[in-house]
Amino acid sequence: MKTLTLAAAALAVTAGLASAQQTIRMGTEGAYPPYNFIDDASGQVTGFEIELGNALCERAGLTCTWVRNDWDSIIPNLVSGNYDTIMAGMNINEERQQVIQFTQPYTPAMPSAYAALSADVDVEGGIVAAQTNTIQAGHVAETGATLLEFPNPDQTVAAVRNGEADAVFADKDFLAPIVEESGGELVWVEGFDTVPLGEGIGMGLRQSDTELREQFDTAITAMKEDGSLNELIVKWFGEDALTFE
Amino acid sequence: MFSYCSDPSQLEGLVWLSCYLTTGTHMLFYASFGTVLLLLAITAPLALLLGYGGAMASRSGFAPLRWLGKTYTSMVRGIPDILFFLFVPIALDQAFEWVRHQVLCDSSQPVRQGNDFVVCAAAKLPLNSAADWVHNAYGLFLAIIAFSVVFGAFAANVLYGAMQAVPRAQLETAEAYGMNPRQVTRRVLVPQMWVYALPGLSNLWMILIKATPLLFILGVEDIVYWARELGGSKTSAFAYPHPDWRLYYFLALLVFYLLMTAISERVLGRVTARLSRGQATLGGEAQRKAVPA
Repeated sequence: MKTLTLAAAALAVTAGLASAQQTIRMGTEGAYPPYNFIDDASGQVTGFEIELGNALCERAGLTCTWVRNDWDSIIPNLVSGNYDTIMAGMNINEERQQVIQFTQPYTPAMPSAYAALSADVDVEGGIVAAQTNTIQAGHVAETGATLLEFPNPDQTVAAVRNGEADAVFADKDFLAPIVEESGGELVWVEGFDTVPLGEGIGMGLRQSDTELREQFDTAITAMKEDGSLNELIVKWFGEDALTFE
Repeated sequence: MFSYCSDPSQLEGLVWLSCYLTTGTHMLFYASFGTVLLLLAITAPLALLLGYGGAMASRSGFAPLRWLGKTYTSMVRGIPDILFFLFVPIALDQAFEWVRHQVLCDSSQPVRQGNDFVVCAAAKLPLNSAADWVHNAYGLFLAIIAFSVVFGAFAANVLYGAMQAVPRAQLETAEAYGMNPRQVTRRVLVPQMWVYALPGLSNLWMILIKATPLLFILGVEDIVYWARELGGSKTSAFAYPHPDWRLYYFLALLVFYLLMTAISERVLGRVTARLSRGQATLGGEAQRKAVPA
């Protein structure tokens, strides 16, 4: 009984210590492999950004937990304080910067690509599927193609498979495994298999959270300098992936 | 789950399926059925309670209370559900956090800073350091409030109508026996109104069951979220790659909802029969005649 009481007391004290340190809630989508997705076995999120985020938190001495949130509401829910950061394959762009702030990019400008059922699809005049509120959707809207928007990335690919759209436009790293494993059903559109787009992916934070942004910026710089960020990029995106110089 | 599941890529057929259906994500999917049932189990009585309060207020002799009851029912019934579901959780959450901010923190700090809604760490609800399940429970709690308020308004109208439908003669008899208004309500009006309320309430129950996928809109990871997530095509980045199986997952949900409504109809049928007993309604009369003299 005495040991039990002692153990309980010890637990109470350490629990108090743990909560004294601020926990950072990291928002992610959990539907965008290999950036972020849900691990079958554990039901927890995993992927490039999860591993990177955990490494950054460790360097910055922060306790972090991950929160899943639909892409549609990922910025509004950050701004209203449901979580503190976004790491969800979100490219840095001006439109987003009016609402939130970003750290420095933690990937080089990752190319986007068009995939379709045949290589000769007209991606500038046909119907192109893209995820809502992405830089890819913005790009399609400018090309003169008819834009078909979907709330989650998987649906954009499904739309091409069932003939609803002629092609899908998304991050190449997201599409690559899907195209490779489709058994020839999906192919890259000729001349549009590598479209440079965006300024690189960064971590989104509330504009009022400058201190936290600086902490993460420092950690990203450190990981860029010692090469551990490049290692992570190669691990998740393959040997051919763009890395930092 | 099973020991033979350690390397799914080597498995085939039913063995593969047995492993696939017992992954961590599938367990979360099954648990989310519990979330839906929990929502129903809490919302239904809460909505009934709100409805009863609303109906009583609408009948009140005290004008401000009557206005309150009437405003509640007509306002909530007039606003599209989805709008209400989107509005209530955000508004409640920010209201709670604002109050906590004023009490627990330096209240000279503005809550709105540019685009941001910022309260100090101690005022967060739930606290950032709280366990995952606390955050999930809080989300569900906000959803339950939104559901209860909406369905309570409909229930209030149903119960109000039911109270008006109890034959005046019944109440008059009670009055003639010298009961005061309170006793008339408790002993005669309320016991008799249920049979009139039941068709409306059973409708509401069915609509409530069918409205549960709205949880998905509120960001609660319910069965619709998991069906879409698990059904989507999976590449070899996942342990169990498969093509687009959303159709099968949504089919499973379809069966679940049909089962729910089928069971509900049986139960409601029994309740109707029980409540009709001895009532001066067609159903009650039929029961009386069916009993051999």
